[in-house]
Parts: sequence; structure tokens; C-alpha cells
Amino acid sequence: MSTSTSTSAKLAKKDNDVPPSNENTLSRRGFFTKMGILFNGLVATALAVPIVQFLLSSITRGRNAYLAWVPLGPVSAFPEGETRLATFRNPYVMPTDGKTVDTACWVRRVTGDQFQVFAINCAHLGCPVRWFPQSGLFMCPCHGGAYYRDGSRASGPPERGLFEYPNKVENGLITIQAGELPTPGAVAALTGEKPPCVS
Amino acid sequence: MRIMIGKIGQWFDRRLQLAAPIREAVEHPVPRNTASWWYVFGSAALTVFLLQLVTGILLALIYVPSASEAWSSLQSLNHDVTLGWFIRAMHGWGSNFMVAIVLIHMVQVFLFGAYKFPRELTWIIGVFLLLMTLGMAFSGQVLRFDQDAYWGLGIGASIASRVPILGPAIVKLMLGGPIIAGATLSRFFALHVFVIPGLLIAFVGLHVLMVLKLGINEWPMPGRIVKRATYESEYHALTKKDGAPFFPYAVWKDLFFAAFVILAVAACALYFGPFGPTGQPDPTIIQTVPKPDYFFLWLYALLSLLPPSLETPALLIGPVVVILGLLLLPFLSGEGEKSWRRRPIAVLTVLLIAIMLGTFTHLAGFTPWSPHMNAWSGDPVPARFIHGTTALERQGALVFQVKQCRNCHSLGDVGGQRGPTLDSVAVRLTQDQLIRQVIQGGGNMPAYGKNLSPAETTALVAFLETLHPVGQRPARDASRDVVAGNEKRPGGQQ
Repeated sequence: MSTSTSTSAKLAKKDNDVPPSNENTLSRRGFFTKMGILFNGLVATALAVPIVQFLLSSITRGRNAYLAWVPLGPVSAFPEGETRLATFRNPYVMPTDGKTVDTACWVRRVTGDQFQVFAINCAHLGCPVRWFPQSGLFMCPCHGGAYYRDGSRASGPPERGLFEYPNKVENGLITIQAGELPTPGAVAALTGEKPPCVS
Repeated sequence: MRIMIGKIGQWFDRRLQLAAPIREAVEHPVPRNTASWWYVFGSAALTVFLLQLVTGILLALIYVPSASEAWSSLQSLNHDVTLGWFIRAMHGWGSNFMVAIVLIHMVQVFLFGAYKFPRELTWIIGVFLLLMTLGMAFSGQVLRFDQDAYWGLGIGASIASRVPILGPAIVKLMLGGPIIAGATLSRFFALHVFVIPGLLIAFVGLHVLMVLKLGINEWPMPGRIVKRATYESEYHALTKKDGAPFFPYAVWKDLFFAAFVILAVAACALYFGPFGPTGQPDPTIIQTVPKPDYFFLWLYALLSLLPPSLETPALLIGPVVVILGLLLLPFLSGEGEKSWRRRPIAVLTVLLIAIMLGTFTHLAGFTPWSPHMNAWSGDPVPARFIHGTTALERQGALVFQVKQCRNCHSLGDVGGQRGPTLDSVAVRLTQDQLIRQVIQGGGNMPAYGKNLSPAETTALVAFLETLHPVGQRPARDASRDVVAGNEKRPGGQQ
């Protein structure tokens, strides 16, 4: 209580100290100071636009690349009824990316030209899942998520099945639409309506 | 000579005019009983931070923040550059020590009630310093650009993606693009080397300035109550009546402990060596079991033990609640008792959190929730489980291995611990229950119905039925005997 009264008393005292003339009249010097601040504000705002644009550009970076169809190899390399590891180079590459743009995925040839291509990342927290053909399970080494051969959830912490890349067979090649790290939150927006990883 | 030095000193001070304020700062009176070994952790944290600055700059002389070069530049630091391994080890162990000392400092400040009036802002800035320290720890782990760093980023991205609506945008901001790649490492480098250290230096400066301006927290006495109206005059009276200049009265303990901490960091660095790097950050190498550094192991454990439905809320709401709680603490209990002897809930809270973090960290040391990916091919069934079994049961043991049951179930304490150990499973489950469990799964076990032929299931269950201690009969379904007419009904109801 005592502190608040003393502060208000101080404030009142301060108000009394200031001559009233200074509040209403604008001196030449004061005007230029205000204009100077305004000018700096304008420059800062103008500069903020490209800075923010630069910073946010990573959200849209490589977006066009998602639409590209990435070949995984000839259909004949994937025996029917089996699941094999395939690797592809991310369609969006920067010169300093090194090996990080090489990505692995699991390719399951169901029958004929019917494929399922699963992301390597566990739908729980993104660790690399491994395929065990003997028990027909994908297992995650991190927190023990497990998936059946069709990618559906079998057990463990994942709330959903494995992420799947859209795929099609073209000229005897199996191709997928990839280019983005699949994450469990919201599936990424490819065209705004069709997510690249359909559950 | 002395006169010469004195003259040079005067020349500088006439221009800098810093001698008086510095003397005032180092000689400010502190309550005598704060010259205690309990009060050395703040200065120790600052010491380790300075050590991190120096070793960090030294590492930056060689390290290349590029996704294609970082790993090999770490290798040359480890193997080619003279004492590069030692500087890396100092920096790595320094980060471990810094997290630990900051936490100890925080616990001491909390238990001594130092966050109460008028030091609320000192505490709040301290909370930000803790968050920045953890930020440095995580970003530093990313700069050690190896397999753990790569998949650790994936885990970070997976957590960030769960933020409603903004999730995907946050992930791309964090990664600098659609995938973990060159831009990711570059931005974590910027964070680790420019942004967070800059903020840390500024905030540490404010933190120390406030300690000097407001005075060090006096040793808490039970019954000495903090009141906003009277505290400051009481504190000044205390420092006047029972005070001593910080320098040299209290400073020698800080000096000794600071030197001891640096020596301890150097000893760990010499003895244990640098951390990693582990395998190359090549996402096509999937034979990896990523694990975070030790200060995030508790989180690793928590993420596998939480029920799936609670995970996202806990991940998104938990940190907000904890940080808000820490920030609001000085406003919720800004007055009152400082002594831990009169604050049982405070002591219990610290103990509870310490036990929780300790238990989770301990569990994450051997990860009972992770399947052992090589157990099925690497760990044989111990001979005693096979001894004297029939051909069918041995076939079952083979199925047990080949179908990777062993990755999650241990036999004779060897194998995965994701599922229950099966040494005496026959005592717990009857034949029917075993068949049902194998075929339909459930209770966090996948269903094996589609991957086992009837013959394999029969053999497997026959083997599982042999798994019971000697002298203890396997579980049997009593109704079967009744149906077969072999046994009387229990309870005499004929």
C-alpha cells in the first residue's frame, strides 16, 4: 500500500514540475527530433519487409519440388509381395546439403503395378523404422513403435500408420512424390488440398 | 616501477573513470553468513560459460558449418589438429557441467528463497538464462552433425509439427526448408554461435548487475519473514551491522570453486575424451539407434512412457505450464518465509522433480521400451530352456527366434524388454490364452495371425508352454478338465 501511494505522490510531483507551456507548444528542436524518430521508423519498417520475407522464405522453399516425381528404380527391382529399401535424392537440393538429401524409403510391391511406398520416418517421432520380413513388421528402434506390412499401426506409441508417398509407375519405373520430411503433426500441404503423405 | 604502473593506471582511469565503480562493486558489503560454499554456484556457472566462450571460439577456427563438411571437420579436429580432441572434449564436458551447475544454482536459489522480493526480476532473468542454456545444449548437439544430430532434429521437427495450425510452418522455419539439410545446420550454427550467446551475454550482465545492486540474498533464518514494506531497510541494517566487503571476505570461495570446476571439466575431458561424432549424417544409413545427450534423456524416456493420447497435449502444454510456473513463482510467493526449514512443500517439490528427472534419465540409460533390433539373430535361446524338450517344442523355439519375438521379449534376461519377459509365461497364461495372444496380439503387442502358419503357431505355443519354473505347474484352464470329466467341480456344487 505504502509503495503505491508513494509512487503516485512521486508522479504527481513530477507532473507539477513540468511547465505547462512545454506540453502544448512544439519547439523547432522538438519537431525535428520527432521527425527524426518518424523517419527512422519508416526506414525500419521498409527494411523489415525484406528481412521478414527472407526469414519466412524457408516455409515455401522448395515447394515446387514436391510436385516432381522422383524415380526409385525399375519395377523389376522390387519382387512382388516383398518390401525393399530404396533410396532417392531429394528433388530440392542446395550445394551444401551433402549426403543429407539422400533419403531412404520402404517400397512394398503388392501386386503388378500396385505399390506402397513408406517414409523411413516413424510416425511417432521420426526415427528410422526397419523392416523385418520374417515377422512382417516394421519396428522403430527409438520408442518401440511397430507397424504391419501394409504400414498400419501395430503397437507402440505412434498414433497412426507409416507415412506413405503418392506413387505411380511410369515407363517401367516406380516414382514417388517426395521432397518433405514427413512429420506427425499436420501432413504437409502439397497443393493446398492434397497432402503428399496420405494416411 | 611501482610508481610507473601507478601513473599508467591513473592515465587510463582519468579517461575511463571505471576504477571507482569497480571498487564499489567488488567491495560492496555482503552479509557475513553468505560467504558460504552454498553461494558459489552462480559464479561457477559464469565461469563455465566463459570457458564455453573460449573453447567455442577455438573450435570455430576449424569447424565448418556445412552439412557436407561439418562431420569431416569434426573428424579432423579429433584426429588431425593438435589437441583438437581436447578442445572438443572441454567444450562438450563444459556444456554438461554448465547445465548441471545452472540447475544446482537454481535449486539453491529456490530453497534459499532468493527469488522473493525484491529479487523477482533476477529470478525471471535466471529462468530465461536456464532456457538459453538448454537451447545452447540442443543446438550444440546439432552442430555435432552426426547420426544422433540428424535424427534428433527429426524428433525436434516431429514435436514442433504437433503445434495446431502453425505446426508445418514452424517445422520448415526450424529446418530452413522442407527437409533436414544444409540450411538446417547453418541456422543452428547461427543460433548457437551468434543469437543465443549474444542474448546470454546480455542477460548474464543484467543478472549479475542486479545481484550487485540489490545485494546477495542473506542466509535465510527460520522466522525471518520477508515483507515488501520493511525488507530493504532490514537488509541494509543487516549488511551494516553484520556485513563484510565481498572482496576479499567472500570471494575466495568463489575463486576456489571456479578453479575446481574448470579442473573437473578438464579432467573429464582428458579421461573420457570428446563426444562423438557418431556415424555420418547420411539418412540412407538406417541401422542407427539415435539417442539424445544426457540432459535430454529424461525427455526421451517420457516420450516413450506417456500414453499416446496424452503425448501431444503433454508436449505442447507441459513446457508452457512449467515455464509460466517458474516465471510466476516470485509473484505467487514473493513474501514470507525464506528458510527451507519452514517450506516443506518447496523441499518436496524439488525432491519430487529431482527423483523424476533422475529416474527417467536412469531408465533412458538402458531404454527398456526399445526393441533390441538384433536380439532375434544375435542372442541365442539359453540352453536350459531347450534342454529335454520335444521336437515340436524345439521347432517352437526356432519360430520364437525367427519371428523376432526376441526383439521385444527376453529369455534368461537376454533380449528386448519392450514386452514382458517370458521366462515363466506358461504360469501366467493358459494354452488358449497363449494362442489368442500370439494370433490377435493386444496389450501393446502386434497380432501375428497373418505371419504364422497354424503349424508355426502350434509349435510356438508348445514351446511357450514349457516356460515355467521347475516345480511350478503351467496355468491350465480348469473348465477343460470339467468338460473332460477328469476333475470334480470346485465348491462341491454337483
